[in-house]
Amino acid sequence: MSQATSALPREDAGRAVREHRPARSVNALGRGSALALGTSLIWFSLLVLIPLAAVVVQATTGGWSGFWHTLTNPQTLSALKLTVGESLLVTALNVVMGTTIAWVLVRDRFPGAAILDVVIDLPFALPTIVAGLVLLLLYGPRSPLGIDVANARPAVFLALAFVTLPFVVRTTQPVLEELDRDVEEAASSLGASSATTFRRVILPSLVPAIAAGAALSFARAISEYGSLVLLSGNRPFKTEVASVRIIGYIEGDNLAAASVIASVLLVVALVVIVVLDLIQRRVSRRG
Amino acid sequence: MVRTSPLLRLVLRTVVVGYLVLLVAWPVSLVATHTFDDGFSALSKAFADPEVIHALKLTAVVALSSVAINLVFGVTISLLLVRYEFPGKRLLSALVDVPLSVSPVVVGLALLLVYNPRSGWLGPALADAGVQVIFSTPGMVLATTFVALPLVIREVVPVLEEIGDDQEWAARSLGASSFQTLRRITLPGVKWALVYGVVLALARSLGEYGAVKVVSGNVVGSTQTATLLVDQRYQNFDQPTAYAISFLLAVASVVCIVIVSVLRPKQEA
Repeated sequence: MSQATSALPREDAGRAVREHRPARSVNALGRGSALALGTSLIWFSLLVLIPLAAVVVQATTGGWSGFWHTLTNPQTLSALKLTVGESLLVTALNVVMGTTIAWVLVRDRFPGAAILDVVIDLPFALPTIVAGLVLLLLYGPRSPLGIDVANARPAVFLALAFVTLPFVVRTTQPVLEELDRDVEEAASSLGASSATTFRRVILPSLVPAIAAGAALSFARAISEYGSLVLLSGNRPFKTEVASVRIIGYIEGDNLAAASVIASVLLVVALVVIVVLDLIQRRVSRRG
Repeated sequence: MVRTSPLLRLVLRTVVVGYLVLLVAWPVSLVATHTFDDGFSALSKAFADPEVIHALKLTAVVALSSVAINLVFGVTISLLLVRYEFPGKRLLSALVDVPLSVSPVVVGLALLLVYNPRSGWLGPALADAGVQVIFSTPGMVLATTFVALPLVIREVVPVLEEIGDDQEWAARSLGASSFQTLRRITLPGVKWALVYGVVLALARSLGEYGAVKVVSGNVVGSTQTATLLVDQRYQNFDQPTAYAISFLLAVASVVCIVIVSVLRPKQEA
């Protein structure tokens, strides 16, 4: 905080000294940086913007009726329902478990907690196909626990829970670490029970972080593909999710239909980004 | 702070450890035990298989190329976003996060629509020029670069914002060229953020599956990466090889995480 406030006068002073120069020579685009910006934008367009635009354009080639026809195809509809439903469930699980894990990591340091830190990041770094494979080892036909969910609906939930595990933990943990413990002391010294202190003092300051984590984990869950390939069996009407449906259309050379589902997923992704941006700005405004 | 009772503390700790063991630690450890079921035979058989070697090499080439591209553009875009003012800056800043929440399958489809040589927007022109993107290495590099794009930027931008531009102003006012300032002041300042960004991007690139599957055509011995090979071998009942490659990929990702978590506290201190 103090850094931000002290930076302002210094910057003003710098500008006053250099008044005879064109204002802010470092920050205005010079020839070199304009070239860098141009190159980056061309690259970014070729890699991201033009391809994503192509998906939307391709999705609309069949007109509104074509779009609607693809979406209301029973198999597609069932895949979309399954994807959204399971993603919501997994996100709810992550809100509870993610917050609990973050709490334990921050407030209850015990021997071995450092290992938990690595375990939580594993789903970020582990290739998704490997994630599916390892889950199949514990929860598949050869399960040492005797639990076999392979090719059944719980497999989708399991895979999504695995890949989305880190999001809520990693957004909530830093906020919990920075929390001012004096306020909690004050609350409990004024007679609040620990449950009340948690609900009235701690939880409100965690809500934006939890919401951000939940948005990220929903976005991830809705777009998951790799971890489901081996685990869920991709059975139509049973365990087939939206991404698998897109692959099915691509392999059947029906790129228009694939694009319709893809653009639905794309819209969800954009909504999540906007929501995150709003949460972030609300938090930074509150300081 | 809230005085949680020792009992509640113990319950929470048990729940968390149990959840993480059942969901992540145990399953991941099983891939190691299955790989070494018959000693080193699964690994040595995998390494004697030319298709496996080809897939591992291809994975390395694709991952390293995409990390290099993301490093260059990541640093450039981060600098532009933090240090410069231009119209559309907020839009660009929001758009660079898009790849994080787009399905890999959608990424593959998007690239396919633009770069496929028959009907793509740019594919036929590129094919006439002799450049094949889809079903070959450039397409796989593109797909991998797309999914890992935000990782370097997200690490570098906050650090650039935090260190501020005082030192850069000082260097410039003492007569340093903008290139000298970049090399001697700015880049050393974000060194650790760059290391994390690169390690995270590398982990993501080594493991990309969905996007690469769509653009590669998955041709055995030609455009098949390690992750695609795991899938194919598992489905074709060559489980030992699938476990062996998965084990190698898992080790690579654990190493990446450990590197990041060991380095990270140093920067905060």
